Amino acid sequence: MCSGRVDLEFILRAFFNGQDGVFIGGCRLDECNYITHGNYDAWANVYLCKKIMGHIGINPERLRIEFMSGADGNLLADSTDDFTTQVKSLGPLGEGEGIDVNTVRFKLEAAMKLVPYLRLVERERLRVPEKSKKAYTEFFESSQVDRLFNEIFTEKLAISQIMLLLKKKPLSTIDISERLGLNPSDVSKHMNSSSRHGLVRYDTTSNCYALA
Amino acid sequence: MYFSQAIPLVAYIDESCLYLKEGKCDICRGVCQTGAIDFKQTTQKEEVNVGAIILASGIEPFDPSVKDEYGYGTLQNVVTSMDYERLLSSTGPYGGEVLRASDKRHPKKIAWIQCVGSRRVTEGENSYCSGVCCTYTQKQVILTKEHDSDAQCTIFHNDIRSYGKDFERFFQRAEQLPGVEFIRSYVSIVGENPENKNVIVRYATNDDGVKEEAFDMVILSVGLNPPTDHAALAKTFGIDLNSHGFNQTDHENPMKTNRPGIFVSGAFQGPTDIPESVFTASAASAQCGALLDYRRGKLARERTYPPERDVSTEEAKIGVFVCHCGANISSVVNVPSTVDYAMTLPNVVYAQEQLFSCATNSAKEITDLAEEKGLNRVVIAACSPRTLEPLFRDTLREAGLNQYYLDMANIREHCSWVHAKQKEEATKKAQDIVRMSVARASRLEPLQEFDLPVNKATLVVGGGIAGMTCALSIASQGHEVHLIEKKKALGGMARRIHTTIEGMDVQAYLDDLIRAVYHNPLIHVSHEATITRVSGYLGNFMTTVETEGRVKAIKHGASVLAIGADVYQPTEYLYGENDKVFTHLELGELIAQKEERVMAAESLVMIQCVGCRNEDRNYCSRVCCSHAVKNALKLKVINPEMDIYILFRDMRTYGLREDYYRDASDKGVRFIRYEPDDKPLVEAAQEGGKEIVRVTIADPILGQRLELDADILSLAAAVIPSASTREVAGLFKVTLSPDDFFKEAHVKLKPVEFATDGVFLCGTAHYPKHIQETINQAYGAAGRVMALLSKDTVVASGSVAEVRAYDCVTCGACITACTYDAIEFVDTPKGRKAWVNPILCKGDGVCTTKCPTDAIVLKHFTNAALCSQIDAAVTGQEILRQIDAVTEDR
Repeated sequence: MCSGRVDLEFILRAFFNGQDGVFIGGCRLDECNYITHGNYDAWANVYLCKKIMGHIGINPERLRIEFMSGADGNLLADSTDDFTTQVKSLGPLGEGEGIDVNTVRFKLEAAMKLVPYLRLVERERLRVPEKSKKAYTEFFESSQVDRLFNEIFTEKLAISQIMLLLKKKPLSTIDISERLGLNPSDVSKHMNSSSRHGLVRYDTTSNCYALA
Repeated sequence: MYFSQAIPLVAYIDESCLYLKEGKCDICRGVCQTGAIDFKQTTQKEEVNVGAIILASGIEPFDPSVKDEYGYGTLQNVVTSMDYERLLSSTGPYGGEVLRASDKRHPKKIAWIQCVGSRRVTEGENSYCSGVCCTYTQKQVILTKEHDSDAQCTIFHNDIRSYGKDFERFFQRAEQLPGVEFIRSYVSIVGENPENKNVIVRYATNDDGVKEEAFDMVILSVGLNPPTDHAALAKTFGIDLNSHGFNQTDHENPMKTNRPGIFVSGAFQGPTDIPESVFTASAASAQCGALLDYRRGKLARERTYPPERDVSTEEAKIGVFVCHCGANISSVVNVPSTVDYAMTLPNVVYAQEQLFSCATNSAKEITDLAEEKGLNRVVIAACSPRTLEPLFRDTLREAGLNQYYLDMANIREHCSWVHAKQKEEATKKAQDIVRMSVARASRLEPLQEFDLPVNKATLVVGGGIAGMTCALSIASQGHEVHLIEKKKALGGMARRIHTTIEGMDVQAYLDDLIRAVYHNPLIHVSHEATITRVSGYLGNFMTTVETEGRVKAIKHGASVLAIGADVYQPTEYLYGENDKVFTHLELGELIAQKEERVMAAESLVMIQCVGCRNEDRNYCSRVCCSHAVKNALKLKVINPEMDIYILFRDMRTYGLREDYYRDASDKGVRFIRYEPDDKPLVEAAQEGGKEIVRVTIADPILGQRLELDADILSLAAAVIPSASTREVAGLFKVTLSPDDFFKEAHVKLKPVEFATDGVFLCGTAHYPKHIQETINQAYGAAGRVMALLSKDTVVASGSVAEVRAYDCVTCGACITACTYDAIEFVDTPKGRKAWVNPILCKGDGVCTTKCPTDAIVLKHFTNAALCSQIDAAVTGQEILRQIDAVTEDR
């Protein structure tokens, strides 16, 4: 198994389970154990996940990837120690960020639902053509990519959260916007598009939306 | 039982038995419940017909009681390094605690005395260097500090001989520990303090002169003797020994004895360390292979396993075995409490501890219990799966279970070894790891492996001594070899070496070797060749080579990388600026050419450690000390009047080469030690109308600065990795060590294999080494290649990707992710769907993270298995707490 096998879902799931930090170890860049250079894929996933964490309000420093070879025992020990200290200093997940842990979990759950979509987006729009350290850092740390990701992700995360809420019980636009802290006009925009897609229906008697 | 890992691990009775001697005692027969003790057994003679014999009789530790001055046997707190090894061991006399014999207290102040029995010409001791003691002492120091961080360790040594791969770093690690002091001094044991039995040692330092100091314990770092009965052994087998009692080495083939068909391996060649012993063992097997190839496989019997039990309809019934690993795990992790904990986990129906899960009897125990308790999944909580997973998988097969029903919880490398000081937390962590492993185990599925044919040709990259020797050995066992050389001619670095220190004529040897290669119909040489592409896998490689204007596509089952090393081009000591400054390699060539200036030189200075043992290259080039001594001895023969100075840091003429160092010293070659922070200064100067090179150096013995006027200055330029190492490593997907030499799969146990299956290494591309060592390793690599090629098939892993056609939306994401071209679209009754060719799939699993519908699954590492492992990372209580939190209404 390659570090490239580390799925976005695995990382989000670990945080969802309440882990305060996630550390991924991969081969040294350009010294792949396979010929896949899948450590770059792992790295791309880490970059994406950090952006997701930023959206959710989790400190992206809770996620780290380090590249090392089998000969780098000291590097593993040092970076593990360093990461542990760092995560301890950040405090428990949610608490350190000043967000209710249940809110964090709710948002993580919504994000996890988006993993299949994110895989498509990654392939179509967020894949770096060249596997090199320079290309990856330049790409993922550019403001354009940040903007692109925001465009792609913000709306989807909102809809995913709404779906999770509606799974429990039908809610009105106002209820939804209060619970999620969203602008009511944005919510109705999402609801309109979702009902067009046949995902939700509007119950005129209760003035509530419910899952279709 | 002499060893806790003896095979088979059963008790036996030796001659000291009272019953056998005097008919008394007989207690053991009473207590043995299985009635296994039989006093009537007698020695039996068996005749076995064999085609070849390997003498691997090992060494005997030097016995210091032969010299009164060591106080061994008379002073209670003087022990040998071998005794100390036992004290450190969990199966040792005090269960892994280091205690003094006199009062059973922990020694706080410990001294090691190096070179006991070695490097001494006194009667009863050995003139050679035992080669391993410097490093094993450093290991003991590190272990001592791990046992007791307050211990004060003093090592009295001569030279520090850290000439092995990564040994320089190891020495630095030991030296930098607090409370550890290395003192270069001769020492003598004066006696003991009668009250507290502390041992008094006398030594001298440059600063303080002679002084006496008491130590709680003194360890004699004893050297290696030939086997005790070497004379009888030689007589029985009719082989010649050298003056030290080791096999009389044939420098062209160190495995050979003077008697055809009898070979030696390991330390019977002379003092050797573990990697060298391992590859000479494999090398000896290659020699037997060449001799007996026509009978290969005739005595082989196929292994049969019991039929596999179908447990797919059963609920998971997991057995957990927690290994002590001697004390490697149990000295830190509380094993019994981990076993108790395992019993509380879901689906676990049985748990127990084992001293060594990898021992034969433990495997048997697992097999038996699997049957008895109806286990259908097994978790071994022990070490990394890297080494022993195949063994435990085999154990499952013996138990009639699919081998993929195994999971290993690594509580050694990931736990006890890294948390030696936090025992409680380590135990908790071990339990966490076991819990995660159990969670994964319950999701494991049975998988089938399949056989792949093995192409019987080998590709050897590099036409130096290593590559040619390896190629010849493989060809002599009936297999085709493609030998790839980047230059026009074969020979490599050895072309520039004329003799070895032992006097072997390298050029004549090389000519013979080259002739043999060209004459061998099974060896195909490509000259001026570049490798452009390597594809395929173990048993089925395809390499594209551009050679002399042609492009060849070579199919082969194994690859050997023997690409050699380069010489550092010094930028220091006026090299390249002054025509009197050479490297040792150049000096050797000039001596062979009888170059006038060298022959006529009145004074010659050599500087050791140029370009290595420094910040840029933190390793020892291993060969240069012997190289310097060799050149010095040659020059002394040519001109006994020549003044020769060798400026060194540590003379590392390890093993039997020590005799040449002594010889050089006796012949008047002057050896002057310098410190790395006070390197020799070199300047061009005029003296008596003659142009000379003036070398200024501090003389530690005289305490003043010496000016040496040299006609020739020779530099021990470092051996550095070949410029093409990185490129070749990339092509063959192999890894490099920190110093950019090839990294072997395991430093000790797999010194000629790469972690990449089917790729092997030998020669100086692995690490600098002498010609004889290169020959050893080249035969060793051939031996390992033959172990692969002697099989018709290799087994391909069952852990490969698979597409669930129903979920596949034919998006092609997996196909673009796969660099092995293992996935393609095929037409199915349900339309075009992705399909994985299981032979090409390497199981990296990158494809699975790209599939938007989770249609592609990496078997054995499925989302279900990994997610349950991730979920189990939080404890049961934590999960309950979280469930409560979620069920609260938002």
